[in-house]
Amino acid sequence: MQLIFEKSKEGRGCAILPEMDVATTEFPVFLKRSTAPKLPQMAEVDISRHYTELAKCTHGVNDGFYPLGSCTMKYNPRINEEMAALKGFTSLHPLQPEHTVQGALEVLQLAETYLCEITGMDAMTFQPSAGAHGEFTGLLLIRAYHKSRGELEKRRKILVPDAAHGTNPASAVMAGFTVVNIPSNEQGCVDIEKLKEACGDDTAGLMLTNPNTVGLFDQNILEITKIVHEAGGLVYYDGANLNAIMGIVRPGDMGFDVVHLNLHKTFSTPHGGGGPGSGPVGCKEILAPFLPRPTVDKVGDTDWSLAWNHQPSKSIGAVRSFYGNFLVVVKALTYIMSLGQQGIREAAQNAVLNANYLMHCLSDLYPMAFDRYCMHEFVMTLEQSKKEMDVSALDIAKALLDYGIHPPTMYFPLIVHEALMVEPTETESKDTLDQAVCILRKVYEEAMEDPSGMHQRPLNTPVRRLDEVGAARHPKLRYEF
Amino acid sequence: MEFRSDRNYSKSHEWVKEIGTDKVEIGISDFAQDALGDIVFVNLPQAGDEVEVQTPFCDVESVKAVSDVYSPVSGIVCEVNEDLLDNPARINEEPFDAWLIRVEQVTQREALLSAEEYEDFTKKEA
Amino acid sequence: MAGYVPSTIEERKEMLKVCGVESIESLFEHIPDELKLKYPLNLPSGLSEMGVSRTMQKIAAKNHVFANVFRGAGAYHHYIPSQVKYITAKEEFLTAYTPYQAEISQGLLQSIFEFQTMICELTGMDVSNASVYDGATAAAEAIAMCRDRKRSVALVSDCVDPKNLQVIETYCEANGISIRSLASKDGKTDINALEDELNETIACVLLQQPNYYGLFEDAEAIGSIAHDKGAKLIMSVNPISLGLMKTPGECGADIAVGEGQPLGIPLSFGGPYLGFMAAKKDLMRKLPGRIVGETVDVDGKRAFVLTLQAREQHIRREKASSNLCSNQALCAMTAAIYLSVLGSKGLEEVSKQCFSKAHYALEQILKIEGFERKFSGEFFHEFVTSCPISADKLLAELEKYDILGGLPLSEHEILWCVTEMNRKEDIDYLIKAIKEVSQHAVDL
Repeated sequence: MQLIFEKSKEGRGCAILPEMDVATTEFPVFLKRSTAPKLPQMAEVDISRHYTELAKCTHGVNDGFYPLGSCTMKYNPRINEEMAALKGFTSLHPLQPEHTVQGALEVLQLAETYLCEITGMDAMTFQPSAGAHGEFTGLLLIRAYHKSRGELEKRRKILVPDAAHGTNPASAVMAGFTVVNIPSNEQGCVDIEKLKEACGDDTAGLMLTNPNTVGLFDQNILEITKIVHEAGGLVYYDGANLNAIMGIVRPGDMGFDVVHLNLHKTFSTPHGGGGPGSGPVGCKEILAPFLPRPTVDKVGDTDWSLAWNHQPSKSIGAVRSFYGNFLVVVKALTYIMSLGQQGIREAAQNAVLNANYLMHCLSDLYPMAFDRYCMHEFVMTLEQSKKEMDVSALDIAKALLDYGIHPPTMYFPLIVHEALMVEPTETESKDTLDQAVCILRKVYEEAMEDPSGMHQRPLNTPVRRLDEVGAARHPKLRYEF
Repeated sequence: MEFRSDRNYSKSHEWVKEIGTDKVEIGISDFAQDALGDIVFVNLPQAGDEVEVQTPFCDVESVKAVSDVYSPVSGIVCEVNEDLLDNPARINEEPFDAWLIRVEQVTQREALLSAEEYEDFTKKEA
Repeated sequence: MAGYVPSTIEERKEMLKVCGVESIESLFEHIPDELKLKYPLNLPSGLSEMGVSRTMQKIAAKNHVFANVFRGAGAYHHYIPSQVKYITAKEEFLTAYTPYQAEISQGLLQSIFEFQTMICELTGMDVSNASVYDGATAAAEAIAMCRDRKRSVALVSDCVDPKNLQVIETYCEANGISIRSLASKDGKTDINALEDELNETIACVLLQQPNYYGLFEDAEAIGSIAHDKGAKLIMSVNPISLGLMKTPGECGADIAVGEGQPLGIPLSFGGPYLGFMAAKKDLMRKLPGRIVGETVDVDGKRAFVLTLQAREQHIRREKASSNLCSNQALCAMTAAIYLSVLGSKGLEEVSKQCFSKAHYALEQILKIEGFERKFSGEFFHEFVTSCPISADKLLAELEKYDILGGLPLSEHEILWCVTEMNRKEDIDYLIKAIKEVSQHAVDL
């Protein structure tokens, strides 16, 4: 496929701007760039076709099943998009006077109220723009808390299970902590004894997902949070897996002090090929004074209005300009309102049902890493077939591409060898799951029949396996004219 | 798999070659490069840095992994092989020539293995 | 049926049977009872699509969209070509995750590669990443790139957007980089102060171009002084100005960052926006976040892939220099489409119109009694004037004319912004309104 620059032709273009209606002021020569940037010169029709061609080589949720573990690739309702495209939201300058943005403040305030209820938290900020950004923010709250108590000097350690998302340890280091890895036990859960050993008066906190990254609910969660609290640390909830439990159990009730959510996972906002996401951070009362400013407050009683609260108190400061990815919050709020009390719980229940159903339909062929009911996702291990037939998790994943299924998450979590992590989500029907089961079984048979042929897969995609080594050894990161 | 006997090895899979009085070259063993797969980049220390035995002094990247390289001795880095920055593939292609660093004022080389001992060690590890 | 669960009640029963359980509740049995919610969440009942549409429209209607916007200060009102909205709404792009599976993500990957190329062209730099959250976080990440073992202090110009400075301070406090402020003189970074501040601990100097007050900094001179002392130069630039202005590359910058919102992204009450980051080649491996590279597939066909991944958090974990994962991919695509629709001539025209109209507006404002320009020096599309009456009062009165005036910087100072969206008649209307309001105020 040609690059847009290769389609460009001198003299083409689109008529977008009206003519200048004031006298031209000459741009000072000494400030002027010497050559114009080489941007494409294209007719409108060719731009449309270019991107349509690109779209045809891109697989989204609307193209087919997308069981990418830990990413909750559920259907993204259209109405969310339509509401976020309302002019009353898109055309607001972020620095407009409060009385002209009451609706926008209401969006933030409602979203905070609902999401605090779902998570069992007391206050929330929407500044963080992605999950990892939320982690960073949450850890800064923990840091500020210890600092306010004069304990930051000694509390430098964040405990992170070895099964955690890679962002957890990276965020902890960015927030100025050192990371202590906590090994998982045989069930893929936190090893209580190891946790006790690691906890002490140097512990700043623990980061955890529950259900964890192997899709299991850690039943010892109350004991875990208690151990950390007794050591004087705080407990951080990575909300990547909230979809399994919303409406059923709340992080706040498990003893977590601070959470981040991924609105682009649990709350159905589209991921856009890598963002914009939104990673709001909720916290208990003890951490609320440290939240980024401004927050939204209700002012007045009967005739109330909403106002920014800029009070610095003990705020960690800003982690982003303005108030975060506001339009993403609009989409998530639309979704929560659509689902409501019942729908939120039903979404979680059916996410768990779909995952268990899929697991049961595959477990006779594909070895499961953990033999028990799962939550919203499960992990298969291709360790044996890798050893015996040289068919790896990667080979199975690549073969799925030939059948129009987005592969599960590969090689994560790190504690399972040759892992494929499957998360069907609640928005897939039994029919879709049954088709996926057929395909996964077929791929397994193909692997048995012709193991070495699996290294050639995929065969039918726009491009086939790539030379990633060459890409990394000789980086070519832009088009050379 | 080659185990050249003109040099010593460490249990963390580096080789150490004498290149003068109190001066050694350090690289990655053939066994290690094979296990690491195609190396795409190496993060080297700077001349003048101190290296300490059994402590990481650089890391090597493959496409989907990064691995620490541990120093088999203690000493001071006097030279780094900058050619590897442009040609990391040399570590795979000629591991015995693709040295990473040269170290002087070498101490703590007691735990080093001979080629034979190292070969036995890798067999046991596998 | 509420929500988006497609399975029928019958199907759910069948599935439960396959799983060997009686009810959905059984699947949650291993969660300790004491933890489970004893009552339903305190949320309203679910709404139909029509219901939720009405509710949200009602909320949106409580906002006021101004007919005339003369406010910038980090968020800019520009025309968004129709193509931009339609293309970014394509569901393949909208509903995809990060392109981990390159074979079925070539469209996305190629679009990011094209975006990276355009950012390099705009900024005159060698390499670009796939985007970060916004201009402020881009600046903060750029500072972190410059730190080395000996240099851990960043000099940040006083004329950088204070909102960005707040973010930079938050990031730097956490990762142990000290921030020192670089004094200004007449609204511009003071070169003499720079010479005093530079020493062997300074990792970098951060400039905004044009700066918060709309003025052009002497970037080249500042860069060369910084380089003489071994510090790097980071320039935070407005991409629209790059239709005309000397590039960071030409000014000797090591890293160029900026807020990409002006490139086809609506004001959106502050987000989602787009942080872009580009650097000289020798800093390539320090660039955080996703980067797309060109390669070939097994058949030798050109293809694109996420590359240099061993820098990133999912591989390096606690040794990663940044935790970036999700970025603003769709906003990056928005910017690429915007730049393709306009082309270099169109971008230059937007830039020219912003520049000329801002100069026309200033000229007219200065004709009104009591309004004076605060700083001298060349400026792009923002400028600061004094205001003879209370700035808040003037701006509140302008609202009655459906004008969002400039941003008040102090009791008697206003930061104005003019773009191609403000027609001559709109500017004349603003002038008339200011005259009436200040006249009226004097009469009082």
